[in-house]
Amino acid sequence: MGKAEGALATLSLFLAWQVAALAVQAPVLPGPLAVLAAFVHAMPRGLLWHTAVSAFRVVASILIAVGLAAPIGLVLGQIKRLDVVAAPLIYITYPIPKIVLLPIVLLFLGIGESSKIFIIALILFFQVLVVVRDASSGVRPELIYSVRSLGARRRQLLRYVYLPACLPAILTALRVSTGTAVAVLFFAESFATNSGLGYYILVEGWGRLAYPEMYSGVVAMSLLGFAIYLALDWLERRLCGWVQLGK
Amino acid sequence: MIRVENVSFAYPGKEVIFQSFSWQVEKGESWAIIGPPGCGKTTLLYLLAGLRLPQEGVVLVNDQMVRRPRRQTGLILQDYGLLPWATVHQNTALGLTIRGVREPQRQAIVTQWLARLDIAGVSAQYPSQLSGGQRQRAAVARTLALEPDLLLMDEPFSSLDALTREGLQNMVIELGIESILTGVLVTHSIEEAVFLGKRILVLPLPPITQGTVIDNPMAGQLRYRGQPEFYRTCERVRQTVERVGHDGQG
Repeated sequence: MGKAEGALATLSLFLAWQVAALAVQAPVLPGPLAVLAAFVHAMPRGLLWHTAVSAFRVVASILIAVGLAAPIGLVLGQIKRLDVVAAPLIYITYPIPKIVLLPIVLLFLGIGESSKIFIIALILFFQVLVVVRDASSGVRPELIYSVRSLGARRRQLLRYVYLPACLPAILTALRVSTGTAVAVLFFAESFATNSGLGYYILVEGWGRLAYPEMYSGVVAMSLLGFAIYLALDWLERRLCGWVQLGK
Repeated sequence: MIRVENVSFAYPGKEVIFQSFSWQVEKGESWAIIGPPGCGKTTLLYLLAGLRLPQEGVVLVNDQMVRRPRRQTGLILQDYGLLPWATVHQNTALGLTIRGVREPQRQAIVTQWLARLDIAGVSAQYPSQLSGGQRQRAAVARTLALEPDLLLMDEPFSSLDALTREGLQNMVIELGIESILTGVLVTHSIEEAVFLGKRILVLPLPPITQGTVIDNPMAGQLRYRGQPEFYRTCERVRQTVERVGHDGQG
């Protein structure tokens, strides 16, 4: 997507919003300019802090999920005997909607940061685990043989073969699940907390009938999701230049 | 240089490929291994490379038992040997990097081999951007940069078109003359075996207890291809391959 296309898409979105606001003519749907003004006003007065808290929770979850799932996926992809044991377990647990575990997670981990980070990390964990396992088992044996013949031991195979082979899959999995992660974040922040964008939207906006503030929170949450998406995109271009060639 | 002594090998749960198989390669010799498809040519190469270990018997290179890939053995495979995520330069430098050769020495070696194999112009490109011939040149550069004393090649040129293939076969001869290497080439092409192998090992279908050796002293000369003797040897090898393919042991 070029800059011009991006600007045009944003403009169309704002235009549709404005038209809808004019048609509804009610406080529940303020126009984009009113929300923009409220957004700019709210940013230094708490919204920025809530955004930072939410961003921290998502980024921490991503790092923990990748940090745990990538090594396990690599091991499962390489050691068939382990995968035979683990595969049915993953098959059964993968489709469980992890969000329903939130009450249990809250009971065990309390209402602090850890429960929110845990539930998002849990969802991302499975996404990353499955793609890393598949990418790692899909590495051609000829490639392994030829790199081993250059003198590579296990650690170097990991560094020069398995990690780069899995990296594009990890980034794609994260990009696909960013939307889910932010949605779960909203849900996890919607009760028993006093920070984060979920709290801001529901309590400080919706609960107080402060609609422009509520929409500011929605915009901030959308921008957060978009920023993570852009960051992953940037990482992919930076680290996986060779993949782009095939596109 | 290489001694294969009473080697038996089978992949887990599969039929026996080698049964008390023995074979010798002297230093500086260039061998070509040929045989019917599925006879175990590649397996023999993997045994020499230390990528597979025999269930019985031993593989010795310079009187040392091969238990894992040996530092001075170079291996070039048909394709898929280059890292798709690394440029030609990074691929060529890979073996040196793994062995801890530091800059600027590494840079100097890589630059020299890229130039020698005529791929300096594509050093910043990824394998997917190269032609098949360039990819194999890069694979050759990467292996020769490590200055091996034994070069193993598994169908290195079989995925290339005829002209590129001949060009690379000539290149092997030119490089072989410059550096005194011991070479073992696995191929399914009779012409390639006769052009490059001063000694040709014809393997029968498994279980293999011994192969048939055909001497081919004219090999390794650029003008050999096209001479009557070349075609006569090709015909001899062809008959041997067909005979052992049908009758079992050669």
